[in-house]
Amino acid sequence: MGVFALSFGVLAVSAGASIAQTCALSLLTFTGASQLSAMAVIGSGGTVGAALGGSLLLAARNGVYGLALAPYFGDSLGKRLVTAQFIIDETTAMHMAETDPRLRKIAFWTTAIALYSCWNLGTLLGALAGSAIDPQQFGLDVAFTAAFVAMLYPHLVRRRARLAAAIGGAICLIAIPFSPVGLPVLLSGVAIFVGVPASGDES
Amino acid sequence: MSWWLVVWLSLGAYAFKALGFVVIGGRTLPGWLERSLLLIPAALLTALVLKDTFSTGTELVFDERVLGLGVAAFSAWRKMPLIVTVVLAAAATAIVRAL
Repeated sequence: MGVFALSFGVLAVSAGASIAQTCALSLLTFTGASQLSAMAVIGSGGTVGAALGGSLLLAARNGVYGLALAPYFGDSLGKRLVTAQFIIDETTAMHMAETDPRLRKIAFWTTAIALYSCWNLGTLLGALAGSAIDPQQFGLDVAFTAAFVAMLYPHLVRRRARLAAAIGGAICLIAIPFSPVGLPVLLSGVAIFVGVPASGDES
Repeated sequence: MSWWLVVWLSLGAYAFKALGFVVIGGRTLPGWLERSLLLIPAALLTALVLKDTFSTGTELVFDERVLGLGVAAFSAWRKMPLIVTVVLAAAATAIVRAL
């Protein structure tokens, strides 16, 4: 995770973000896939609106995680508003992996604190390193792609997800020559509606 | 890059986290909506991968990045850690470019 943060730092700076902006994204946004996708769109010349579209759609899944976690956190409103910031893939997964309710909360917070520290420290170091090197010379433009592939792979175990991936990918490629940079990725979101029918595997 | 991106992305990402956890919390979403929302990463990450590999701006292209994608896919399939996947893909692309 710390090293993933390093890559994010390097890539954000090479996409045109300042060191302060890069660190602010990790401190405040704190959801890796959305941050990377925004930088990928900005780096290839997309507008802020185009970058936001795909990123926010990716961030929407944290809303579903929040729903799943809510019954286990009966805290005060203030506490829950703080907890919400730390609801991401990893903390949700660690929470779900424990069966004892008390251990679940501990797993959530241990993961949250460890990840938040590593993510932000890694981002800072990456941003500092990124402003000192030429990313293309080291093939770092491909690092975005490689990181996305690594994040994508675990999702593809489900048949329905493979279908969504295939349709989303096709929509994106077809749309690229005809639409502004960033929009094709957003359009690929239409593919999630293969999830509407109730039949099929839910493994 | 504009600071507005940082502001809107942070507000938006937090809004989604809080929406599910604090606002709707406890109630359940209709099944079709929940199933669809959980497919977002599969559809969007695939689109991002293809866009970053096969396009420059609004043009479809085919260049050294394809090799990087192939190496990344192989590495992810072999369940290598994320950093290994990133480094192998970047190194393969850089070497081919230098040839």
